[in-house]
Amino acid sequence: MSTPPELFRLLDVEKAYDVGRKGGLFASGPRRRLAALDGVRLSLKAGESVAIVGESGSGKTTLLRVLLGLTSPTDGRALYREKDITLLQGDDRDRFCREVAMIYQDARGSLNPRMSILDLVAEPLDHHGLCKPSERRDRVAALLSRVGLPPEMMERYTSALSGGQVRRVAIARALASAPAVLVADEAVSGLDVSTQAQLLKLLRDLQREMGVSMLFITHDLGVAAYLCERIAVMYLGRIVETGLTKDVLSAPAHPYTRALLNAAPKFFEPIAEPLGGEIPSPIDLPPGCRFAGRCPEARDDCRARDPELVAGAPNRAFACLHPLIGEPAFA
Amino acid sequence: MALALARPASAQPETPSAAPAPAPLLTVARLSLSRGEKLILDEVSFTLKRGATLGLVGESGAGKSTIALALIGLLQKPQVGLEGSMALDGSANLVDATEKDWLKLRGRRVSMIFQDASSALNPCFTVGSQLMSPLRRLLGMGPKDARSRAIELLESVGLNDASSRLDAYPHQLSGGMQQRVMIAIALATNPELLLADEPTSALDVTIQAQIVRLILDETQKRGASCIFVLHDLALASQACDEIVVLYGGQVMEAGPSDVLLAEPLHPYTLGLKACVLELDTEELTPLPSGAPSFASRTPGCRFAPRCGNALPKCVDEKPPLETVRGRKLACWNPAA
Repeated sequence: MSTPPELFRLLDVEKAYDVGRKGGLFASGPRRRLAALDGVRLSLKAGESVAIVGESGSGKTTLLRVLLGLTSPTDGRALYREKDITLLQGDDRDRFCREVAMIYQDARGSLNPRMSILDLVAEPLDHHGLCKPSERRDRVAALLSRVGLPPEMMERYTSALSGGQVRRVAIARALASAPAVLVADEAVSGLDVSTQAQLLKLLRDLQREMGVSMLFITHDLGVAAYLCERIAVMYLGRIVETGLTKDVLSAPAHPYTRALLNAAPKFFEPIAEPLGGEIPSPIDLPPGCRFAGRCPEARDDCRARDPELVAGAPNRAFACLHPLIGEPAFA
Repeated sequence: MALALARPASAQPETPSAAPAPAPLLTVARLSLSRGEKLILDEVSFTLKRGATLGLVGESGAGKSTIALALIGLLQKPQVGLEGSMALDGSANLVDATEKDWLKLRGRRVSMIFQDASSALNPCFTVGSQLMSPLRRLLGMGPKDARSRAIELLESVGLNDASSRLDAYPHQLSGGMQQRVMIAIALATNPELLLADEPTSALDVTIQAQIVRLILDETQKRGASCIFVLHDLALASQACDEIVVLYGGQVMEAGPSDVLLAEPLHPYTLGLKACVLELDTEELTPLPSGAPSFASRTPGCRFAPRCGNALPKCVDEKPPLETVRGRKLACWNPAA
């Protein structure tokens, strides 16, 4: 049996920004770098869905920008079907644009308010020449009904729709080019629980019926568990734990994963002791593990040695010197 | 005629250990609020005990924030129509209070934490001046006293390096820190009632846990009561003693959170609870979509068009809020 082809592969991707010298423009201190991504390895196979979780400032959105080719890594390689994303040209580039669709966090902001829903959803069809002009309306009506919107909505503008409906339009537009991968950035955050539940159910149905791969950025572990079979937990530009979602969430190895789990509200349980502090600035990181400053399990060697992401169990990797389960492979 | 709204001498927060008074701190009875033809709140009733925490939950458009704004006098007659009554610790009916009356209450006995701290704080003034302003204006402190009290307050809300934070502008702080500053400002005058309108919806889960804990700890220390506006039922079950479930400005179900959420009787509460994702959720059964109608002439239950249990009666006649199995319930055809 052959393994399914990998759609995305990130090989030790680093994205660092130059943020000038300490003390301002004319200061003589050393130049400082902000490493938004620091050695990220990730792969996404066809038909698979991966959740990327972490607090704000952990590098989730930068990772997404690299995956979409909106920004090029300063080191390492980001590959789509084994080709460098930022170097794609001609037919490869067209194919990438057609196969990778994005659902933005701010759905309303991502849709032109002066275009009707018909034009918004048909734009990918027109751009890639995917349907005849005579079929345009029927295709859009089919896409709208797929996301649970009535075809009459075609003539309307986004200003007339509710937040949940706008997200559905954004999903319909993303589906228009029959993509292989849906990339979603917090696609269900900031909504009522009822609307969120409807959209999550829709996304899961799409996943099952169309076999589309999904890369889902979220800060909600419940959403990750519901939609994605694999999870990658990020902290300060690194993946600190990755594996099958059910394994990671039932027995987290990294103290940060456990802290995220504890912080999620659970019915009738007293509010757990919250993780102290906030995610620090990614400029001029101290040596050692980046989570050591907030970690309740931190020991002396954590502040001296920077743990690498190593396989700790089948399908499982974590970057921790003193994991909460088993022993790391290098011990 | 000005209402008598000064804080009663017996209710000083310096004696939180005193035996709890049997009378509730806040009584809201049949409170209705209308804007023109639209009836935004339809006879909302609930009470809040001294020192207790109450959660207002429901979808957007349920009237949760409207209740909070009415309770702090930011929605007054004649801009909106107000009927019914709300009374703080046996005070006169605040529905009739004028802005002059509210100035004696707002910030002194009732204060509020807003959803988005970054827009609630004034970007032109330092944290210190915004925090010292209630201390100086409402408590009449001198500049030196106010400054040292402000430092104490910032320390109590968990901001380290408090004295230098006083000179910082809001944009120099993270979202979590801004929310901590808001809490410090709201608690500066030791209010008896703190209103928190979705205080954590813009924050990470880890920071959310910190902030909710902080609000609960600080109000408890001061013997104050707290009303949380929330949409997360799981968080409500953790943080609140009592819960009021609202839909379209009507109370659907209200009662102690353990009773109400362990066994919801209203189809709406049940539906909301089914929408909450937990880590072991296999299948979601979302509520059908729909939005409440605010037309003042709807005679029945506003949830009826979305309700799986609806009877013809539900559309025609509004169910009364009655005590059923340890909670108040307004439903003709309960789920269980």
